[in-house]
Amino acid sequence: MALTLEQVRHVATLARLSLTPQEEARYATQLSQVLDAVAELEALDVSQVEPTSHATLASSLLREDVMRPSLPPEAGLANAPAKVGTAFAVPKILE
Amino acid sequence: MSSTLTDLSMLELAAKLATREVSSVEATRASLQRIAQVDPKVRAFLRVDEPGALKAAEASDARRHAGSPASALDGVPVGLKDIFLTEGLETTCGSRILEGFVPPYDATVVRLLKEAGLPLVGKLNMDEFAMGSSNESSAYFPTHNPWDLTRTPGGSSGGSAAAVAAREVFGALGTDTGGSIRQPAAFTNTVGLKPTYGRVSRYGVIAFASSLDQPGPMARTVGDTAALFQLIARHDPRDSTSADVATPDCLTGLEDGVRGLKLGVPREYFTAGMDPEVEGTLRASLEEFERMGATLVDVSLPHTKYALATYYLLASSEASSNLARYDGIRYGQRAKDARGLKELYTQTRGQGFGAEVKRRIMLGTYALSAGYYDAYYLRAQKVRTLIREDFTRAFQQVDALVSPTSPVPAFKLGDKVDDPLSMYLMDVYTLPCNLAGLPGLSVPCGFTQAGLPVGLQILGRPFDEARLLRIARAFEREHDFFRRAVPV
Repeated sequence: MALTLEQVRHVATLARLSLTPQEEARYATQLSQVLDAVAELEALDVSQVEPTSHATLASSLLREDVMRPSLPPEAGLANAPAKVGTAFAVPKILE
Repeated sequence: MSSTLTDLSMLELAAKLATREVSSVEATRASLQRIAQVDPKVRAFLRVDEPGALKAAEASDARRHAGSPASALDGVPVGLKDIFLTEGLETTCGSRILEGFVPPYDATVVRLLKEAGLPLVGKLNMDEFAMGSSNESSAYFPTHNPWDLTRTPGGSSGGSAAAVAAREVFGALGTDTGGSIRQPAAFTNTVGLKPTYGRVSRYGVIAFASSLDQPGPMARTVGDTAALFQLIARHDPRDSTSADVATPDCLTGLEDGVRGLKLGVPREYFTAGMDPEVEGTLRASLEEFERMGATLVDVSLPHTKYALATYYLLASSEASSNLARYDGIRYGQRAKDARGLKELYTQTRGQGFGAEVKRRIMLGTYALSAGYYDAYYLRAQKVRTLIREDFTRAFQQVDALVSPTSPVPAFKLGDKVDDPLSMYLMDVYTLPCNLAGLPGLSVPCGFTQAGLPVGLQILGRPFDEARLLRIARAFEREHDFFRRAVPV
């Protein structure tokens, strides 16, 4: 199945990725090849098969609902590219 | 002294530390010297933590002196794939987008190694976000195979494998999502164990595909691998998929051999495309198992040919979701000249991720997007069930499965960079095990004429790592391939 440039741009928008025109062209070709390769799964009848989402043998474990200390604000903010006081700073979201 | 010291296995070094014949500071200095000597050629390390390692070594020597070592491996220097969070020590996962990121806490496995007294020498190179089979998708530089510097050490834990093989560290931790511990182990004459899913905590391990990722040990001998595994195989309440099972004893029965065991040989794992030297080495290894008293059983895993497609859909889908967190807001790199929030996201991610990571995010986003979810993602999850059931049936007949780890020996750097499908085929024997959540191990089983290592893969039932190690040890005992001098 061949992916059009328009589809590639749509997926890039969903993934929040800016791509150069060269990247768009390359991914159109390469993703089409990968999709052709994975199309072999269509040969299997899976109508009666349950999906496996996780290889875990037990169901998810829950821990006791007790309060524990979490990261102090200064440690949580230490890697922020921009911050104001105890908050992460971002560009204006409303013009 | 230092060159012979770095040739010791972890358990040999631990014995000398226990008798105080060698100190941890001496061992750590020897390791650091070896890194200074060979790493300019091998390039396994993204960063070396000399002060941290020496401080830990001094503390270890004090414990040994006081007669109260923290563990059997107290004082043995090891390295960490750069996917493990290390408090106060930069962690990049091989990506530009995390350049300069200094984690505020340790991964559980890092904490366990620190508590056990192992000096952590530094952070090892890897494919960006563990997506790759050659270490060439590292945003920083490719690592070279110590057995032939023009070749890849495999990936994604290629830095870990190369550092262990080149005697830069005594052991290391890697992670395995589709073969990322076992394939580099096979390429470098080292042992790599991918534990059962849930056996080792993923807390503080940077996520690639959460239903498949599993940390594990890499070392030069089976005994070392077992000893390191026992330090990290712990239930962890901080990982909701961590299995609440006791830490196994893998050392007691390690020398028990394979007599009476039934070893399955999956016929789908011996297919066209396998390198003839790899196949020859494997066939000879299988005959040896028979000589040692094991019974070989022909088994079929009929859905094997669908594993690659299933894996790439599921792993990429999970990755596209996991990597949404890299948005330039809370940590990591942020694009400089973005106008507005949306552009900040798209430019940060466009500039910060490399080609392979973007390719998989694109594939995963597509497979999860409206209109395609049922056809790709859901269908792949159903095929995953069929692949799991293949293994369940096989393990009703046999105790373990044996196969090649990789269809080829280490390939040349640059050979497959622009051919993603051909690169993905490198994982064809390793990734079904991750889809089924099973333990798998690669143990050295010989060399090609050109001197390239070949690995034998052993797959087992859930939580049966001790038996896999025992089978691997039976084979290792006949050969001692780990004694072979590495040419770097």
